[in-house]
Amino acid sequence: MPETLNISLRGGEFEAEVLKDGSGPPLLYLHGAIGQKGWAPFLDTLAKSFTVYAPYMPGYSKSTGLEKLDDVADLTLYQFELLDALGVSKTHVVGHFLGGMIAAEMAALSPSYVDRLVLAAPAGTWRDSDPVADLLSMTADDLQNELWSSASSSMSLSPADFEANSNLKAELAADRMQDLTAAGKFLWPIPDRGLKRRAYRIKAPTLVLWGENDRIIPPVYAEDFTRLVTGSELLVIRNAGHLLMIERAEVFAAAVSKFLNQD
Amino acid sequence: MKLCFFHLMPYQDLPDNFEKDYHSVWVDAPNSLFDPEKGHRMYNDFLDELEYAEAMGFDAICVNEHHGNAYGMMPSPNLMASAMIRATSKAAVVVLGNSLALYNPPVRVAEEMAMLDVMSGGRLIAGFPLGTSMDTIFGYGQVPATLREKYQEAHDLVIKAWKEREPFAFNGKFTQLRYVNIWPRPYQQPHPPIWVPGSGSLETWDWTIDNDYVYCYLSYSGYKVGKTILDGFWDEMERKGKDFNPYHAGFLQLVAVSETDEQAQEYKDSIEYFFKKSLHIPAGYANPPGYRTVKTNASAASNTTMQSRSKQLSDFTWTDYLEAGNVIVGSPETVVKELTHAVKELRVGNLMVLLQFGDMPKELAMKNTTLFANEVMPHLKDIWSEYETRWWPEKLTDAAQSVIR
Repeated sequence: MPETLNISLRGGEFEAEVLKDGSGPPLLYLHGAIGQKGWAPFLDTLAKSFTVYAPYMPGYSKSTGLEKLDDVADLTLYQFELLDALGVSKTHVVGHFLGGMIAAEMAALSPSYVDRLVLAAPAGTWRDSDPVADLLSMTADDLQNELWSSASSSMSLSPADFEANSNLKAELAADRMQDLTAAGKFLWPIPDRGLKRRAYRIKAPTLVLWGENDRIIPPVYAEDFTRLVTGSELLVIRNAGHLLMIERAEVFAAAVSKFLNQD
Repeated sequence: MKLCFFHLMPYQDLPDNFEKDYHSVWVDAPNSLFDPEKGHRMYNDFLDELEYAEAMGFDAICVNEHHGNAYGMMPSPNLMASAMIRATSKAAVVVLGNSLALYNPPVRVAEEMAMLDVMSGGRLIAGFPLGTSMDTIFGYGQVPATLREKYQEAHDLVIKAWKEREPFAFNGKFTQLRYVNIWPRPYQQPHPPIWVPGSGSLETWDWTIDNDYVYCYLSYSGYKVGKTILDGFWDEMERKGKDFNPYHAGFLQLVAVSETDEQAQEYKDSIEYFFKKSLHIPAGYANPPGYRTVKTNASAASNTTMQSRSKQLSDFTWTDYLEAGNVIVGSPETVVKELTHAVKELRVGNLMVLLQFGDMPKELAMKNTTLFANEVMPHLKDIWSEYETRWWPEKLTDAAQSVIR
């Protein structure tokens, strides 16, 4: 069972809720725009080899201080301060969507903090020909459908997994107003916030992961990241949508573990 | 009672099957549907209608701002106000208004409204809406979580620009200027009266009351739904210990007057066009995450608006619109009775009426205006006569007018 740490930053200006479990080298997992709903199975797998820290970003769950963060730079600095408070000076960073964008920013702004970097369907660039989905105008129903590879994919799940996924969908919908209020600050109206000017500084070995059927950020965006991050590897996961780490948890966790365990 | 003639300037020629074939009337309705030649005629008809309203004795003529919207073709209401000011002399001109957070820098609003005020010789009423989510978040790419903060900062800048008599620097979070020094400054001192349209957000009530501005509820849902919102506003006034004055609030109502109740069927098509096509707005656009606070989303007023809106859009019929009070329609006698009841229930001193709506032809809009002015207005004018408004251009108040006479 993961423990929940409540970390106070800058003399109480921020209260961070951080889930932690496992042992081994540190791994920071940064969730995406729609947040994380507790401790997901893929984190359990990763916790077998790593000490996993999965913070809720400010504005998500009980983490506070969103109103004190104006832009991507503020949110990135916040992550460094959180690591300092956790006593972690260098860590693997795995980020999804918004979290992927911030993970890449961390590696660009302060390379010494980041050991290896995994970007799962990261935000941060823009293509006129393939616009990123407009999350703000999606109803809860739209969102629940678009996050997965296809409506039928859930049919192939075991009854237990199907129920777990259904519960997750319901939670995503319920928290959508709060979660996307926070995400909108860093992603709306266009998520291109200058990462492309800074990405040349990323020195960490980098793995880019994408769900083959991602309908939030189309897989074509993977090309942006493999181009921006010199020497990065790409793995496209089949039969996965935007929530690749949930839909294909085992494949995802195995790919991440394998990459992080390389020297 | 102040009677104000409001115009939305709707595009009147949307295809028959618009609400089925297109996603929304706003944000993403392709402008291939806009015919510039027809648009030219519409703009001129609409200005004629506004000018006619002044000639018929309305206290004010009103315009508002929308973007990417086929029922409100005024991305710049200031341009329309400017045209109206040259053609009128007696009515207040209500620009309701400029969405402050959308102007960069917001001194542009201070400048243009000062121009309108000076051009009109002090007839301007300045409206400061936050702006709908369609206009601000989707049309103008504003970040929901910071929109209100940006709006309030812009407001502070505009007010200061109007009041200061020396150049000043402004170091805001959203706007930084080394020199703020507007020419011209407003005709009215220290500035025109300020009205704030809202849709039931708790924050807007607080803010409007704290600044002593007029709160306007511009709803197409009619006075029955409007009562929930305005009761909330008046309750908040009382909670804050403010004296009641009906002129502290405004309300917009669709009205259609005919010779007889039966004859009022002539408005049926325009009413259906308005509610089916003009208000064809998908749920996803109306309340994106962060636009309203968690507190407001949980409030009764907000639920009322959202529910009534979605209901209207689905399967309301002509009779439903009448019963729900979306439109007050009928003979002058019927309309006087219902409107009197409505303004007393709502306790509003500033009544804005929408007499042209949907694809209503010019002749019918003129007839509606004539009948309203001649046969309805005289019966409403004296409501609230025991109160005085402090939110009206001073030179147009009754006292000033009698001195002139």
